[in-house]
Amino acid sequence: MTGPLIELTDLNKTYLVGEQPLQVLNQVNLIINQGDYVSIMGPSGSGKSTLLNMIGMLDRADTGEYYLNSTPTVNIAEELRAKYRREHIGFIFQNFHLIPRLSARENAELPLMLAGIGAKQRKQKVQNVFTKLGILERSEHLPKQLSGGQMQRVAIARAMVMEPQILLADEPTGNLDQKSGLEVINLLEALNKQGVTLIVVTHDSDLGKRAKRQLTMVDGKITQDIINNASSG
Amino acid sequence: MLLQDNWLYSWQALIRHKLRTGLLLLAVAIGVTSVLLLTSLGEGARLFIEKEFSALGNEVMIILPGRKETTGGSVPIYGSTPRDLTIEDAVAMEKISTVKAIAPIIAGTSLLSYQGKSREVITLGSSTEIFSVRKLSLQTGRMFTSKAKDPAQAVCVLGSTIKQELFGNKKAIGEWVRFSGQRFRVIGVLQERGESMGLDMRQMAIIPIRSAETLFNSPALFRILIELKQSGSELYTENKLMALIKKRHEGEADITVLTQNSLMSSFNNILTLVTASIGAIAAISLVVAGFLIMNVSYVSVSRRKQEIGLLKALGATAQEVKVLFLTEALLLVSLGVIIGLFFGYAGTSFAALLWPEFPLSIPLWATFASIVIALGVGLLFSWLPASHAAKHDPVLALRGL
Repeated sequence: MTGPLIELTDLNKTYLVGEQPLQVLNQVNLIINQGDYVSIMGPSGSGKSTLLNMIGMLDRADTGEYYLNSTPTVNIAEELRAKYRREHIGFIFQNFHLIPRLSARENAELPLMLAGIGAKQRKQKVQNVFTKLGILERSEHLPKQLSGGQMQRVAIARAMVMEPQILLADEPTGNLDQKSGLEVINLLEALNKQGVTLIVVTHDSDLGKRAKRQLTMVDGKITQDIINNASSG
Repeated sequence: MLLQDNWLYSWQALIRHKLRTGLLLLAVAIGVTSVLLLTSLGEGARLFIEKEFSALGNEVMIILPGRKETTGGSVPIYGSTPRDLTIEDAVAMEKISTVKAIAPIIAGTSLLSYQGKSREVITLGSSTEIFSVRKLSLQTGRMFTSKAKDPAQAVCVLGSTIKQELFGNKKAIGEWVRFSGQRFRVIGVLQERGESMGLDMRQMAIIPIRSAETLFNSPALFRILIELKQSGSELYTENKLMALIKKRHEGEADITVLTQNSLMSSFNNILTLVTASIGAIAAISLVVAGFLIMNVSYVSVSRRKQEIGLLKALGATAQEVKVLFLTEALLLVSLGVIIGLFFGYAGTSFAALLWPEFPLSIPLWATFASIVIALGVGLLFSWLPASHAAKHDPVLALRGL
């Protein structure tokens, strides 16, 4: 690798709330390297989820640049951004976002399906990930037949099947009880130890402090950037 | 995304909402079935008339007294000369080289009675050639042999229903009946054939033309049927007929000549147009089904915003999202078409069993048209909702906004 995995330079984003402009990202500069474990904390409306969406290429900056693997991405075509999302980025959401009509296996197969991978290969890949996550016996269950922790494991499996470089988790334990939340975060940290770059947005300071690097955002700006050498990761 | 995965994903979305899918399938199926059933009626009418004409033979010309001409006034009306077409005219036509047989016809209603039973009967007076020209065959007895120029004979051939009503199971041949008081001997009974050219031959009686002339006290012919030696000589024969009549009717060619082919072609054109028109009316139900699909698709897109957001987050392009929703609509319409085709063909087959004399048949073009229209409507009406789905912002969609 010749440069950082993620490089954000002078990133700005403004939304219109009614007719009033609201700047949610203000001159954000950030470098994240391959294998980093970063938590982003801050009060509601501070811009942490917007920053995560920018890194995940779900949203575009008004000005500034975002380099992924040293490639500028802000002004590239939507199709190419979709391809980057599919190949490099895995998303984990607070409310899991599992499709109710699909089984756990089918939900986890979705990114592989979108990538045009055949059914047999998909099944094999998902089976391997499910085995690692301890949910193999739940493969054919519908989301409504799973517990919160199991649903989040399926979501993690879905994020992992394409073997992305980056895992973006937005409040991954927000809808889980303490035990399940701890299990999920242990899983994510284990993936980070295997080399996956993990970026977690959280309100939970205990969870945030587990990261190697803790960012704090206020009013669209990164106000604190702490390297925590004693973290569990 | 692979094509089969696209179809599988859309199928899973459809079966998730069984009632909604079922109702939409029904709407499309009803549209397709309507097109097929209604066009089969039109096509059946066309085939029926074609069959009637074919029964008459392809080399037959029909001569009507009077000339079709537009006379004065703002509304065009058909005029005719006061001169009758006579048996002598018909006899003179026999001399034309292309003519094989001539069957002049006098038609009228008479009271037919036998041993206290009586009923009104349409009575045709003609020559022996009527049997060959109209392809009439006998159930029992014989045809009369008198030609147009031969003197009157008191013989008759009865339709099968008339025979049954007057004689029951008793033998009719050789019995004497009365036509409006005049005695005729029954020499034959027609084969049961049903309707021909709008006339129910079972309810008719045929007598020699000279006898009819006396019976109805009129020499005026209702029409003359001419059988040609070979087809293709219609124009030549028509010119010869016109020249002949002009000579015989003091310079007036006051007849109308209809050829079998021209009549058939006119009916064909009219009925094909009628069939296409009723098919088009039925196709309106497919357009209504299209609006239903559009409405339901919009609701579906609105309810599945988070799914759309997720698909985009997982790397689906706007085009792929659009194709997914279009595939859903196409799958739905395709299934509706299959069900509609099944019910259309099954309904037609069932109706054909109930009315075997009416040749119900779904025209091939109607089958193709209903498939193409249904798929076109499905694609067209789901295009907007699918495009709407594709345009969703992934961030907002994930939040269900």
